[in-house]
Amino acid sequence: MDHEFIGNGASMSLIELENVTKVYQTGEVPVRALKGISLQLEKKSFVSFIGPSGSGKSTLLNLIGVLDKPTQGNILVNGTDVNKLDRAEAAAFRGRTIGFVFQNFNLIPVLTVYENVEYPLLMLGRLPLKERHSRVMQLLEKVGMSDQKEKYPNRISGGQKQRVAVARALVTNPQIVLADEPTANLDHVTAFKIINIMHEMTNEFGTTFIFSTHDPKIVGEAEILHTLEDGTIVNTEYRKAG
Amino acid sequence: MRNLIIIAFRNLFRNKRRTLLTSSLISFGVIIVVVFGGLAISFKSQMVGVLTNTAMGDLQIHAKGYVESIDNQPLNLTLSGMELAKVETMLKEMPEVAAYSPRIKFGAMISNYAQTSNIRLSAVYPEMENRTVPEFIKRIRGDIPNPENFLKPGEILVPENLMKGLSLKTGDEIVLVATNKEGSVNAITLLIAAVTENVFGPSGKDGYIHIQDGQALLRMDQPEIVEIAIHLQRFDQLNNVFVQLKKKFAAPQASIEVHTWEQLSPFASIARIVDLLVIVVKFILISIVLVSILNIMTMSVYERISEIGTIAAIGTPPRRILSLFLIEGFAMGLLSTVVGIVIGLSILWLMNTTKIDFTFGQMNVSLAPSIPAGEIMWVAIIVMLMSLFAGFQPAYKASKMEPVDALGHV
Repeated sequence: MDHEFIGNGASMSLIELENVTKVYQTGEVPVRALKGISLQLEKKSFVSFIGPSGSGKSTLLNLIGVLDKPTQGNILVNGTDVNKLDRAEAAAFRGRTIGFVFQNFNLIPVLTVYENVEYPLLMLGRLPLKERHSRVMQLLEKVGMSDQKEKYPNRISGGQKQRVAVARALVTNPQIVLADEPTANLDHVTAFKIINIMHEMTNEFGTTFIFSTHDPKIVGEAEILHTLEDGTIVNTEYRKAG
Repeated sequence: MRNLIIIAFRNLFRNKRRTLLTSSLISFGVIIVVVFGGLAISFKSQMVGVLTNTAMGDLQIHAKGYVESIDNQPLNLTLSGMELAKVETMLKEMPEVAAYSPRIKFGAMISNYAQTSNIRLSAVYPEMENRTVPEFIKRIRGDIPNPENFLKPGEILVPENLMKGLSLKTGDEIVLVATNKEGSVNAITLLIAAVTENVFGPSGKDGYIHIQDGQALLRMDQPEIVEIAIHLQRFDQLNNVFVQLKKKFAAPQASIEVHTWEQLSPFASIARIVDLLVIVVKFILISIVLVSILNIMTMSVYERISEIGTIAAIGTPPRRILSLFLIEGFAMGLLSTVVGIVIGLSILWLMNTTKIDFTFGQMNVSLAPSIPAGEIMWVAIIVMLMSLFAGFQPAYKASKMEPVDALGHV
């Protein structure tokens, strides 16, 4: 697909990648994790990247999440050419635009459920106490964790941890939430619940959810399914989720 | 910044074991400095107090060149009548000066008519001497009903070891023989009024007579004053008064000079050693704080790489990550210092209430340890600065971590 890369915010897509390549230098052998990927992702979409381990899913999510920079190619997120951002600008951009859900939940063990969700708001210093409290409680209720808010992460189950992680990703009201293998450490029932919560959030908040998985039972939930193999997108499916 | 402080303090309180271990080490260092500093400063001030209040005075004025030949006790280096009057007027005008005492100091022979020994004499005005060295009276063993008049003309206070050596007792008559500055030898008889104890033990040979007797023995028409001892209202005014007097005696032809007790007493070097010890203890404290904070913050950064990755991923700017870790290190220093100072001061308070008594030379001294507010401030500021300094490297490392690497850390 030929696509004219604009990079000035005039594009209609939320995320645009053009001929993106990522090469890691591990030892003396360069590893090509992504090989000239081009794609567009629209607002309010529910997207999944599927592929075997080492296919480049996490690398692609890191690049879209402005956690890393491509070796070649251009990435436009919400109209911003993210390659041009320095570390501080990239951090500020992530804070404004992107939320993250991690495979290992990455909750801070010394903080309670409530404090974990509140953490991004404290760190980014956006809201006064009252609004902060109301926002955190709203999200905890949405993910069904408001009654567990005083518990520490080691006192709740894996599924509950991931719900807290989803609430934390959404607390700053980002346009995009990136979830790298969010169900990898969960059983199937819990995994479905988490995906459903993410889906509900997409509908309710208009957030674009992008997640990677290698679980074939979960991928059925995605509206757009990109299959990666060996650093390239080999197939794209558009379908109605559920 | 408020949020960062909240997060930093929360991290410290939630990581209780780690915080307690490090804080207790820093607090221990602060306690050592406060208690040791309090004891050392108190010991020093007590000792200095014994010296200045029982014998030397805080400052002394002599004719120029006297101090260089003080061991010979020369009688030709005295203050003239005019100089004495000028110095007395000057001292009376200085509000910092509580009292002064003119003295004639000379060497003589003391005899019990059978045996003879040498003695170092101070001829003094008893009232002035008592006001200038108010603790001197404690060094006198004998019946002294009125401290203001501990010595009358015709009486002598003899040091303990001479009393023993010459088999003397209170009320005995002795003969003093001395040579005046013209080389003329004279003698007078005096009654022993009491015994004096030397500050540094029984080795001293310092006796006291009334200034009138000194004048008569040395055949002086007017008292030719060798030394003026000065007692200050407050000891901490020492340097200020010294500078003032030095300025006044600074004229090129000036024939008078002033010295502090430190310049005249060998104990000053012991006092300097005490100061040096306090400095060494402070350096040990600095090392403890430096190593503790550096160690704990480095450990903290390594333990929390995944957390650093997470907070970086959610959009925390590197500068805020740096600030967070710096605040944590600083807060730990602050808490430990406060705890250390409170415990240290409590220990000093306990020592004060129980009173530590010991003997210094012949003097019984009660140690009442205390530490000046300035010293406490110094300790607090140093620990705070060290906490910031030691926390900087790990904090900088945390702020420089790439989020993608930190998130991938296992």
